[in-house]
Amino acid sequence: MKRADGRSAGELRPITIKAGVIPNANGSAMVAMGKTIAVAAVYGPRYLHPRFKQKYEKALLNTVYMMVPFSTSERVRPGPSRRSHEICKVTREALENVVCLEEYPKAVIDVYINIIQANAGTRTAGINAASVALADAGISMKDLVASAAAGKIGDEYVLDLAGKEEEETDCDVPVAYVPGQDKISLLQMDGKLPPEDVEKVIRTAIEGCKQIYEKQKEALRERWVQK
Amino acid sequence: MIIKNQYIAGLANKGQRDDSRRLDEFREIRIEVNPIANAEGSARVCIGKTDVIVGVKLSVGEPFPDKPDEGVLISNAELSPMAHPEFEPGPPSEAAIELARVVDRGIRESHAIDVKKLCMKAGEKVWMVNIDTQVMNHDGNLIDASSLAATVALRNVQMPRYDEKTEKIDIEKKTGALPLKDSPIAVTIYKIGSKLVVDPTYAEEQASTARLTVSTTEDRQIAALQKGGIEPLSLDEIRECFRLSMEKGKEIRKLI
Repeated sequence: MKRADGRSAGELRPITIKAGVIPNANGSAMVAMGKTIAVAAVYGPRYLHPRFKQKYEKALLNTVYMMVPFSTSERVRPGPSRRSHEICKVTREALENVVCLEEYPKAVIDVYINIIQANAGTRTAGINAASVALADAGISMKDLVASAAAGKIGDEYVLDLAGKEEEETDCDVPVAYVPGQDKISLLQMDGKLPPEDVEKVIRTAIEGCKQIYEKQKEALRERWVQK
Repeated sequence: MIIKNQYIAGLANKGQRDDSRRLDEFREIRIEVNPIANAEGSARVCIGKTDVIVGVKLSVGEPFPDKPDEGVLISNAELSPMAHPEFEPGPPSEAAIELARVVDRGIRESHAIDVKKLCMKAGEKVWMVNIDTQVMNHDGNLIDASSLAATVALRNVQMPRYDEKTEKIDIEKKTGALPLKDSPIAVTIYKIGSKLVVDPTYAEEQASTARLTVSTTEDRQIAALQKGGIEPLSLDEIRECFRLSMEKGKEIRKLI
């Protein structure tokens, strides 16, 4: 099957990852998956205000996902929406397990994710960027988290939906994957499909995550390893 | 609290629970149909001490430009400070937004409502279905209770009459049921200790490290998924969640 952009079913969009793109931040990264571009910046670990929010046993991970107003063809109203609230929550939960928060009690680690251009798969691009940005900030982590979406169009299981494919697919399943544990830290699904097919869609997404994981490590090496 | 969580996780690892239920056993589910006279359809669902009311109100409005011939579904959830000491007044919390969106997703993605039949004039006038969830008392498993209440409320909607001339809705005059195609049931599987558990109490929820909500349809398909909690799940666990929620969904569907 040839897809609208010429890819095969199990192929990712061209992906570029660059670490260290925001000089002011402690860590940052830009991830472009096809035409979707996410930038993540990490500030912290730093002092958490107000103090009653502090946790004595670990740091607070604060993730803020935002689509900038010019990121889509129809202008996005600035400020948080119900959708972005939910994405902040699932992004935090996707990342929290790999960050060694117990090493930074009472502190906060702020992760700001801006989607500057959207063409499907913004939450997965955001998680990919956030994960590299956290590592770039030198924060203790057990692993990176890689994320990709998959779906089913006709009889084909397709990886990394783009553009109009989001409307054609029977389902849209964003997955975040922790390679070291072979486990899934984000799983959502819109659509309707028998359970066996859902599992195949998840497997398709995992294959994509494994490729992204390599690109993430490459980006960190590029920034931090002397040639 | 940490000691209590460890106690609950320890019990789960042995296949036991504090209230002596099996790991895959729900508390008693009670359903009251149309308790609210002023809602076009409503349901109150109690699962153990968890108590949720869903009311469906219909209004008339403009369709979305990309779907000019379809009715609109709007979901909202209120975690009232009345229902739990942890809930605070003010704008909806992350938890309330997630609850509303998960309930919405199950109904939307299963195509439970035949939205094409809710179009009065394409591009101009359609029925808007407002699903409002009001949590009365929170003792865990709000997602399943709210989803069930929403499904039951939708099945019991009596459409009001709409007067084209005065552009007013008369809820006293009923014109029949809402056009429905499916009755989705959401079942959330929680991971406590190393075990998968259904229908946790509030205390069990606190001890759980991950959850996966699976909405299933009458023809045994999955219509929506939502993972929560910070612990990642393996593919084997996810497969088991699918099986469990399918099985429990079938049991719950007999009650409606």
